[in-house]
Amino acid sequence: MEWTPIWLSLKLAAITTLILLVTGIPMAYWLSRRGSLLKVIIEAILTMPLVLPPSVLGFYLLLSFSPNSILGKWLLEYFNISLVFSFEGLVVASVIYSLPFMVSPVKSALAHLPASLAEASYTMGKSKFETFCRVLLPNIKSSLWTAVVLTFAHTLGEFGVVLMIGGKLEGVTKVASIAIYDAVDNNQYHEANLYSLVLFAITFVIVILVFIFNRNSLKGPLE
Amino acid sequence: MIEIAIDKKIKTYMGYNRLRVEDVFPVSSVTKVYGPSGIGKTTFLKIIAGLITPDRGIIKVAGQTWLDTQKKINLPPQERKAGFVFQDYALFPNMTALEHLRYATQDHQLVSRLLRAGKMETFAGHRPHQLSGGQQQRLAILRALAQRPKLLLMDEAFSAMDDELRETLITDLKILLKEFGTTTIIVSHHAQETLGFADRSLKID
Repeated sequence: MEWTPIWLSLKLAAITTLILLVTGIPMAYWLSRRGSLLKVIIEAILTMPLVLPPSVLGFYLLLSFSPNSILGKWLLEYFNISLVFSFEGLVVASVIYSLPFMVSPVKSALAHLPASLAEASYTMGKSKFETFCRVLLPNIKSSLWTAVVLTFAHTLGEFGVVLMIGGKLEGVTKVASIAIYDAVDNNQYHEANLYSLVLFAITFVIVILVFIFNRNSLKGPLE
Repeated sequence: MIEIAIDKKIKTYMGYNRLRVEDVFPVSSVTKVYGPSGIGKTTFLKIIAGLITPDRGIIKVAGQTWLDTQKKINLPPQERKAGFVFQDYALFPNMTALEHLRYATQDHQLVSRLLRAGKMETFAGHRPHQLSGGQQQRLAILRALAQRPKLLLMDEAFSAMDDELRETLITDLKILLKEFGTTTIIVSHHAQETLGFADRSLKID
């Protein structure tokens, strides 16, 4: 069994989770505040990857990233970047695909915190940023863990989107889920079984960790 | 002296209502605010703290204008720094009692003094869920006092305390409020609750 697909999957999941931690949390905070119809529309768009068939999303991303599209052409001309059939393309696609898995739990947790927590902090002279870091974030720790794990695990198991955007270039875009499909397609069931077992073990360990971290929470570990 | 004149349209369970309050509060006075449920007493306190903006109004505290809607002055809550005791206490579940007070002030001597005054020394390392309702309420009051506020706003602040504890706390509170020169506005439903604490009252209807 070749370990590169497993390594690529882990790398993709880790980078995607990290990017979504940095970008998704402020987005979740913004969405958790009461807002306009525009906010509702933006939230609906962000949630689309959750309900769209991955192949549909992958197809549109493929069209958008293609060097023939305005975006693809611009990226190629000005930054010499091609997102189609590249690892960078997989990262961008995964960030878009897994966005709701990071944003939804965090947004929901922030929205359920009593408004008086932040208000009390403001009356003590604390800025919105300090209040967010020292009061709000520490009190949604279990939801943050859930969001991180869901994002990581979801990216690890991605298939349709990565296949559309990245194909199955050895050592570049052939992640574990595609390696399983490829092995089955070539009647190499033993190899497919090994890849599947490794993915199963990794995912199981992650889920166990979340259950351990959140065991004192009133909510279910994956809520 | 604290001058307040505000006007805001508020939504109540009986439809829309106008909250109009105009009063002058002498320095170091303790004013009890009372009135029917849903009339906007909590909203009134939040307007003073800068957490809600009224349609029209002026708030001047010790010569400083906190709000003047005509002149478009509206200091944020961070600049007003009014001590606020919330009805739901608004304690931070991630912090111990000591951390709550240290979040509000760096004055460690004052923190020790407040813990003593609130009979909370033994519970300094406890988080809110480890405290009783009365202890949580005391902590909320101590935290609001920790920044030596010019104005202390209390929303049903003694409701979870027994009579004996409330009376002891009121005695200690009065000493601190006098020392800090703090003017207090307390919303209360029960006359008994503010007995011996409030020296004037204001009815909102």
